[in-house]
Amino acid sequence: MEPVNATAAADPAQPLLTIDKLVVEYRTGGRRRPPLRVLHEVSLEVHAHETLGLVGESGSGKTTLGRAVLGLAPVAGGTITFAGTRIDGLGRRARRGPSRDIQVVFQDPYGSLNPSMTIGDILTEPLTARHTHTRRAARERIGELLDAVGLPADTAARSARELSGGQRQRVAIARALAPGPRLIICDEPVSALDLSTRAQVINLLVELQQATGVAYLFIAHDLSVVGHVSDRVAVMSRGEIVECADATRVTTDPEHPYTRNLLLAAPVPDPARQAQRRAARHRLAAQGSPAG
Amino acid sequence: MITFLTRRLISAVALLLVVSALTFFLMDLLPDPGRGILGVSATDEQLASKRRELGLDRPVVPRYLDWLWAALRGDLGTSWTTGLDVADSIGTKLPVTLSLTLTATVVCALFGIALGLFAAIRRGIVDRSVHVLAVAGFAIPGLWVGILLVALFAVRLDWLPATGYVPLAESPVDWARSLVLPVATIAVSGIAAIAQQTRNAVATVLERDYVRTLRSRGLPLRRVLLVHVLRNATPPALTVVGLQFIGLLGGALVIEQIFALPGLGSLAIGATSQSDVPTVQGVVLVSVCVVVSVNLVVDLATGVLDPKVGMR
Amino acid sequence: MNDNQTAAIAPPTAAEAPAQSPDRAKPAAESVPAAAPRRHGPAGRFLRDPIAVAAAAVLLLVIATGVCAGLLTEHGPNKAALDAVLADPSGTHPLGGDGSGRDVLSRLLYGSRTSLFAGAIATGVALLIGVPTGLAAGYVGGWWDALSSWVANLFLALPGVVVLLALVAVRGPGLVGSMVVLGVLTAAPVFRLVRGEVKRVRGEPYVDAARVAGLSDPRIMGRHILRVVRVPIITQASLIFGLALIIESGIAFLGLGEADRASWGAMLNDASVHVYDNAMLSVWPGAAITLTVLAVTLLGAGLRDAFEDAPKPPAATRRRRVRGPAREPAVRVDTGALLVVDGLEVAYPAPGGEAAVVDAVSLRVDRGEILGLVGESGCGKTQTALAVLRLLPVGGEIRSGRVMFDGRDLAALSERDVNALRGRRIGYIPQDPMSNLDPSFRIGSQLVEPLRAHLGLSRDAARRRALELLDRVGIADPARVFAAYPHQVSGGMAQRVLIAGAVAAEPDLLIADEPTTALDVTVQAEILDLLRSLRREHGMGMILVTHDLGVVADICDRVAVMYAGEIVETATSADLFARPAHPYSAALLAAIPDGAGARSRLPTIPDRVPSVHDRPSGCRFAPRCAYAAPGCAVHPEPTTHRDGAVRCVRVENEVIVWNR
Repeated sequence: MEPVNATAAADPAQPLLTIDKLVVEYRTGGRRRPPLRVLHEVSLEVHAHETLGLVGESGSGKTTLGRAVLGLAPVAGGTITFAGTRIDGLGRRARRGPSRDIQVVFQDPYGSLNPSMTIGDILTEPLTARHTHTRRAARERIGELLDAVGLPADTAARSARELSGGQRQRVAIARALAPGPRLIICDEPVSALDLSTRAQVINLLVELQQATGVAYLFIAHDLSVVGHVSDRVAVMSRGEIVECADATRVTTDPEHPYTRNLLLAAPVPDPARQAQRRAARHRLAAQGSPAG
Repeated sequence: MITFLTRRLISAVALLLVVSALTFFLMDLLPDPGRGILGVSATDEQLASKRRELGLDRPVVPRYLDWLWAALRGDLGTSWTTGLDVADSIGTKLPVTLSLTLTATVVCALFGIALGLFAAIRRGIVDRSVHVLAVAGFAIPGLWVGILLVALFAVRLDWLPATGYVPLAESPVDWARSLVLPVATIAVSGIAAIAQQTRNAVATVLERDYVRTLRSRGLPLRRVLLVHVLRNATPPALTVVGLQFIGLLGGALVIEQIFALPGLGSLAIGATSQSDVPTVQGVVLVSVCVVVSVNLVVDLATGVLDPKVGMR
Repeated sequence: MNDNQTAAIAPPTAAEAPAQSPDRAKPAAESVPAAAPRRHGPAGRFLRDPIAVAAAAVLLLVIATGVCAGLLTEHGPNKAALDAVLADPSGTHPLGGDGSGRDVLSRLLYGSRTSLFAGAIATGVALLIGVPTGLAAGYVGGWWDALSSWVANLFLALPGVVVLLALVAVRGPGLVGSMVVLGVLTAAPVFRLVRGEVKRVRGEPYVDAARVAGLSDPRIMGRHILRVVRVPIITQASLIFGLALIIESGIAFLGLGEADRASWGAMLNDASVHVYDNAMLSVWPGAAITLTVLAVTLLGAGLRDAFEDAPKPPAATRRRRVRGPAREPAVRVDTGALLVVDGLEVAYPAPGGEAAVVDAVSLRVDRGEILGLVGESGCGKTQTALAVLRLLPVGGEIRSGRVMFDGRDLAALSERDVNALRGRRIGYIPQDPMSNLDPSFRIGSQLVEPLRAHLGLSRDAARRRALELLDRVGIADPARVFAAYPHQVSGGMAQRVLIAGAVAAEPDLLIADEPTTALDVTVQAEILDLLRSLRREHGMGMILVTHDLGVVADICDRVAVMYAGEIVETATSADLFARPAHPYSAALLAAIPDGAGARSRLPTIPDRVPSVHDRPSGCRFAPRCAYAAPGCAVHPEPTTHRDGAVRCVRVENEVIVWNR
């Protein structure tokens, strides 16, 4: 694998991505109604080469946060800084610069690849979009990419609808890797996959990080998966970060009651341990509502 | 529901205003309005005096407002060619056209919905036949079907009258006999089209998860079909019936011509070939009124049946 | 118009996973089908569709006769000869003469020019206006969308033919003018179609991904969006072409067309005048119109199919109830069990035969017991559950086996008898709460309806009972939810409503198909608590279908692990998690991240579940199994092991033989 773009590796102490008091609002219905505030002054940092896990339940705003970094959600306040440059509020054209360094893997392996295109076309797209590659160079690079994600070279000639969910997710990862990004937003990359395929894709993501040094913002609802892949974990609830700490800390001994409840609610594959956790959760619930 | 209703009503009225204005201004583009009345040999002077006589020397906007005001009170002006009151002639012709289109719509809807329901539930040969008939029904021009039906049932077999119309009040039996062939002509393609759409709507609902869940509660299949499936499939089917009716208004012109029915069609065609502007305007206005009311009824029915629409 | 949605359902497993080859060059990776049947491009697929090719041929013929009309006949289309008036076919007039003595063949040939010309103008104008405006409205949205949608609605509400007449009144007869106006009017449905499709596609993740990849708007439009909307546009264009032909003939028939232009509609007019003298006159133009419109429509459908490249689902036939001979029960039906499934086989029609998605499945559920049915997607868990309820999707049927419930074989009962048990003795909780409530009815009425139909309660009693049930499943404000429509409540709330419906009649057996998969973990924990307490209160037996082994550990007493349509292991929960006997169960458990050794390599199972058509003849798991041995080439039968059974050759005499 080719190493990440080594352009602005100026200060290693500087975070790669800094989100500061980010506010995202969506207009709902008429002009008279107040906009719906999805993120309330969220602040986060992602360092180079690390994985920051982001967990939360549906509607917590975790996906919106990822979309805001990608320039796909309306930022109403706060700043997003990537490698020392503000990237919030950039126009579509200006956005195309940093987009080379920030890529994405979506949850739905069926919707994220255009069903009527071949895998080769899908992977060529990010390579030729900025005229960085000739078609010939792009073809060679596609071979490398497919190999890196563990797919045979002849996959390029196939259409997305011929592949299984796991294979599609590998293609989506290859597409994200194509421009040699420094950060990949992984939005629930394994939650639509079956157990055995899920482990394959998790391993692949970990291996690719070790090989290329890319950083991940890993968004998921499953605390055990997030805990497995992340260095640090941030927990979101109702548009706010309630806790952000070392991954082992969050997945074993969280501080915030919300996180504690979340952790205890996720069942573990061991009947005896699960019975204890259930009892602990009932005790926690009896002590008073931990929500919020 | 109230806001939904008012909004639909307001947009219907706005539509009527815009369409009437557009027709009026379109008609105003007629280069020499008098020529249709006076003939090709008319001199420029004659044309100019005719212009004044018809009041066409005034600017178009005040003329439109006058016309609109009069139309609101039911006065559509006087025909340039026959001198008859336009509202009166439409009043005598409209029942014929409505007899034809309404009967045809009811026949098509009844048979089409029943057939579509049957095809969606039983599948197999009925389903395939409906599909083939729908494609064929679209391809076969109604006017050819009409001619063939006349040739067979009126000329060869002499079972039914080939042409003419008897008002309902005069003789219900003869009224029905005079409508059989025209309605059959329309029904050939209409039933198949509605059946195909109903089948698709019902098939879509049948695959919904809630149908299985309702059956898991022990509700008999027939009840699930008649209450839940039909209720959810009705709005799309109704929309198709509405569109079918609107299409029929145009198709009726041709059908009326084949069977020599004295409906709006004959009035419109006569007026068109003679450039009788007030009559054409009247016919357009009345047709749009009918279309708008049909759409309004379909919208309201959908609003009642689909809670998500009704609450918006 | 002829938007034929094929409603047939392909067998779920067959549709999910494409064919798979035993190519295992890259063990960690998934293999891609290498020897899949040769695929064809759109052109290849088109040429393989006989109807589409025939339609294209007919259309080409019509075009050719129109172009070469002058070469094919010596008569002019408008030249009248007295001796040809209503003449019978002869050497000089192959199709005879019409009422004015014009040559029928000549008018027919020249008429095709008019028709094609009319269709081309109307279709061209409709597409030229409708497609760009629709693309802009769908992609950009905002005020442009609002304005253009309003105008389109205006056009849709116009009675087209009447407007055309008004135009003729002003401008006089003119083919080009009226077809342009028709094109403008039919641009409205094109606009609506394109706008709707673009709006739908615009929200797809792959468009977001293209944007993130740095593609400019025009390129996204060209590469992704146009590609998707071209198929419905083709269909719509063919319908507009056909419509234009029919309307042109209608106008000409009414005598409002250009007098000196040969037209099939004008020929029909002549024929209708002479319907008493010469009935054949109408046949030629009538058949010409029909054939041409048919050819255009079918060509459009063929092009759509060629571009869409959707696998054709097997034709859904009427449901037959043909069951194989009932096999001798493998286990004795003991009376203590609530439900005993024995040798169940569920099959769907598939291209080239039948696909058995569930195969020789046997399991039992005791009173008050919760049995977990686990496995990856496509293994047949849901199909097994639905077969017990006799609610399989269209096409699916129970081919053999018995489903003994309370001494009666559900598989053999009449629909009426099964129905009497459903809801009353057997309850069902579905997976997705939002799609399982009828959107058109209030929640209350959906609960009351079965209570009245089934238990014969009065309206008031049923209402009281429904409110009690809503309260029982933990809904804080039962009266509000009772009066609400499904779209007004949250997913967790809807799932509680569905549970309330399932347990309304206090059934003996509850079938829950992934009841918590669509929910957040905190809501899931509450729902599982609820199911646990309902079981305690009523002593219900339960089959819980899930892929989440954590859920199994939380609530199930016993577990059946399914793989590729069959059960590979049954065990008590305690045994399965502590000492899994089948390599597949062990591998599934190992693949779950457990917190220990973060970022370490998770053990994986290579490849994926084989599709229904590619199941190995021996042990179905063998190609993926780390312990595979020569003995695995024989399909293993279940062997008793501890308190359950295992389908693996390594389990002999209740001992696992580790032969690695």
